[in-house]
Amino acid sequence: TRLFYRYQDLAPQLVPLDYTSCPDVKVPYELIGTMPELKDNPFRLRIAQVFSEDGDGHMTLNNFLDMFSVMSEMAPRDLKAYYAFKIYDFNNDDYICMWDLEQTVTKLTRGELSAEEVSLVCEKVLDEADGDHDGRLSLEDFQNMILRAPDFLSTFHIRI
Amino acid sequence: QKRSTAQRTREGRKKKDGRASLKEQRASPKKEKEVPKKEMWKQLKKHRSPSLASSASAGESLSEEELARILEQVEEKKKLITHMRNKPWPMAKKLTELREAQEFVEKYEGALGKGKGKRLYAYRMLMTKKWIKFKRDFDNFKTQCIPWEMKIKDIESHFGSSVASYFIFLRWMYGVNLVLFGLIFGLVIIPEVLMGMPYGSIPRKTVPRAEEERAMDFSVLWDFEGYIKYSALFYGYYNDQRTIGWLRYRLPMAYFMVGVSVFGYSLMIVIRSMASNTQGSTSEGESDNFTFSFKMFTSWDYLIGNSETADNKYVSITTSFKESIVDEQESNKEENIHLTRFLRVLANFLIICCLCGSGYLIYFVVKRSQEFSKMQNVSWYERNEVEIVMSLLGMFCPPLFETIAALENYHPRIGLKWQLGRIFALFLGNLYTFLLALMDDVHLKLSNEETIKNITHWTLFNYYNSSGWNESVPRPPLHPADVPRGSCWETAVGIEFVRLTVSDMLVTYITILLGDFLRACFVRFMNYCWCWDLEAGFPSYAEFDISGNVLGLIFNQGMIWMGSFYAPGLVGINVLRLLTSMYFQCWAVMSSNVPHERVFKASRSNNFYMGLLLLVLFLSLLPVAYTIMSLPPSFDCGPFSGKNRMYDVIQETVENDFPTFLGKIFAFIANPGLIIPAILLMFLAIYYLNSVSKTLSRANAQLRKKIQALREVEKSHKSVKGRATARDSEDTAKGSSKNATKVLFPGTMPHSASQSQTLGKKVQGPGTSSSASGTMLSASSHLPISRPPGIRPDSGHAGPQTHPGRSASRKSAQRPPH
Repeated sequence: TRLFYRYQDLAPQLVPLDYTSCPDVKVPYELIGTMPELKDNPFRLRIAQVFSEDGDGHMTLNNFLDMFSVMSEMAPRDLKAYYAFKIYDFNNDDYICMWDLEQTVTKLTRGELSAEEVSLVCEKVLDEADGDHDGRLSLEDFQNMILRAPDFLSTFHIRI
Repeated sequence: QKRSTAQRTREGRKKKDGRASLKEQRASPKKEKEVPKKEMWKQLKKHRSPSLASSASAGESLSEEELARILEQVEEKKKLITHMRNKPWPMAKKLTELREAQEFVEKYEGALGKGKGKRLYAYRMLMTKKWIKFKRDFDNFKTQCIPWEMKIKDIESHFGSSVASYFIFLRWMYGVNLVLFGLIFGLVIIPEVLMGMPYGSIPRKTVPRAEEERAMDFSVLWDFEGYIKYSALFYGYYNDQRTIGWLRYRLPMAYFMVGVSVFGYSLMIVIRSMASNTQGSTSEGESDNFTFSFKMFTSWDYLIGNSETADNKYVSITTSFKESIVDEQESNKEENIHLTRFLRVLANFLIICCLCGSGYLIYFVVKRSQEFSKMQNVSWYERNEVEIVMSLLGMFCPPLFETIAALENYHPRIGLKWQLGRIFALFLGNLYTFLLALMDDVHLKLSNEETIKNITHWTLFNYYNSSGWNESVPRPPLHPADVPRGSCWETAVGIEFVRLTVSDMLVTYITILLGDFLRACFVRFMNYCWCWDLEAGFPSYAEFDISGNVLGLIFNQGMIWMGSFYAPGLVGINVLRLLTSMYFQCWAVMSSNVPHERVFKASRSNNFYMGLLLLVLFLSLLPVAYTIMSLPPSFDCGPFSGKNRMYDVIQETVENDFPTFLGKIFAFIANPGLIIPAILLMFLAIYYLNSVSKTLSRANAQLRKKIQALREVEKSHKSVKGRATARDSEDTAKGSSKNATKVLFPGTMPHSASQSQTLGKKVQGPGTSSSASGTMLSASSHLPISRPPGIRPDSGHAGPQTHPGRSASRKSAQRPPH
């Protein structure tokens, strides 16, 4: 219910208080992205896209709930890893390829690194985590890697 | 930690339930029609026995087998319900599935019992449900009872987890102190106040005549002299009566046991939390394989909800990337190693000089204060010189060290460890110099004690003898305030510790107020009328100094442990201190600090802090144990007065209160002939356990290496295989195409192609990689299309050309077809 009120707060003119009657309302990404929990996150657009139904970042209440149930502390590791993979997979092709990695690095560093450095980092990542040497990370590679990360669980959640 | 997540789970579930009910309201009319239909359909499909469809009405007619099947299904559904949240489904699907499963379970759970048992079964189910709900509520309640949880979470979301870890540590410390306080307060102070002799009845509980008129002055009380000195806060107040009150409470014994158990409890809890910390961090060893990947995918803290923190995070991530790039590029390119080495030696030399200087300064000051204490009417500064000097040293030395450490040019993480170690050494040195000087003082007092004892006896003797003149009227006993008395070194030590604690607290608060808050105010408000940007430029805002604060907390705790034996009230003061500092620091952090630029991991250094705490505990145990075991207690104050050593109280209790055979057993146990073998045995056990754990960890490391090697092998194997299969299939394809060109048999082409397909699949099938099979699948869909049967002979050239399409992303693809 707290989440519902948060959702409602985002767009009071769009979302009616009694939710029993009108189920399909979407809050546009422009509003989702301004939530204090998300507004400083470099991946906020990706998060919104991953959890929205048709990948455009506009969310229904169910999507919204989904997002915070995955990002909450009690969501299991595998589930989090699955969604993290989706978030980092920028072009939605079910693989994290070189381009996705470059996007990630650029977002993380706000483009402070030079092009060679970015490509070096990406190559390193591929070198480390790519289990089958196909030049991109599959979900399996990603899970294999991320589940060993000591602070994945502690950093990959949003408190609301 | 684990528990809290579990509780959060429950909260979340509840939230979801609430949501569900909300949604149910709107969905119910539609759903109700839909779900039973679905159920029926499912039953029909699953059981394949139409009789089951009516099983709800004719439950009795179920055969055993069907019953078992239903049971199984119910279990399955239940499992589905519990694991619902683990599935990466969208919420709407989850909700429908959940409701279906729940209805199914509800419907058939009742049907499972037979005849009479049915109702009982249903009842039991109901009770289980109620119980689960109760447990969930209770857990929620428990989460709400965790103090300051919201505050800490709030800080965590602003400053990241490392600052929050300080507050969690502070909270943990508060809990420990609360337990200690309960122990001391409940078992020592309360009984003494309630059942002991009241104030003013005996000399040790009375302010002496000479001090009486000034005993209520604030300045005197502020130094913990006067009435406070002769109160239950300090050791000297307690009487040496063996039992007090109608309960015959053995106070001296209790005092001793509480003093021991304070240390015992602290040791136990520190070690336990250390052990639980190490258990959580066993999988750290393999993190070095994935440096870049971890940096890439886990360095962003999704908790950050503050743009300043986010800016810092960006910068720190960038620098960390750059650092590791540099590390990667040149791991061993040291330039001018001699200069660095020289600078490091110089820095260490300077720091050792600082440490020695501060140690000597404290020794000197304590000595001087002893002289002052003999003189009359000394000024406020002279009375508090020790505390002031110690606090100033604690304030100015760490920045000095930091400046010196800049010479050394260490990696920041190593530099931090060095810095911590140096501050630790400084504090420790200061504390121990202080203790040594105090010991000197104690010895001096002890040597004086004999003469004072004689004086006291002589006075009393004279007093009563003088009453011998008129024996008919016995004179009233001497007023307790007039009895000359010894210096009571235990109380003096206790007072020193209490003063130190209080002044430490005040200095901390004033530093926060001046250094952080006023600075923040200045920066914020003067920024409008200043010639450069204050916020970004020189003064800027203060950072929260985690390591310094944690070390301060640890040392404060060390003082508490040392002093609590001599001043039972000290723990109470400390509880107050921690409580206020919790609120005060929370406020100060939120109002006037900015997050660190260099964010370091809290979780990993946690055990480091715990290790320091353990060391401090051990070091503070030493002096107390020394005084208990080898210094005679004062003759006229404290619960052990009149005894030769403090631990004699145990012997006395054993002799007087236990049956004689127990006393004999104790005497037997205390016999050195038995103690030495016991100690030896303990050493042996430690040695054995140590070696066992070493072997285990070695085996662990080996296993890890093996896994690593296996992974490597698998990797290379896969790539080789991939290459091999690619080449294989190319060869076969080529061969077949050659065949095709030779024989000109139209049917060969698809056949050989499919053959190569199966071949490739056979080789690659065992490989677990889904991507590989994925590519193969796509390939298999490609090939037949590209080569329809009955194609003309030169299609053999087209064959190889399609292969790159199949394994476009594989390395083998780059191999030119021959």
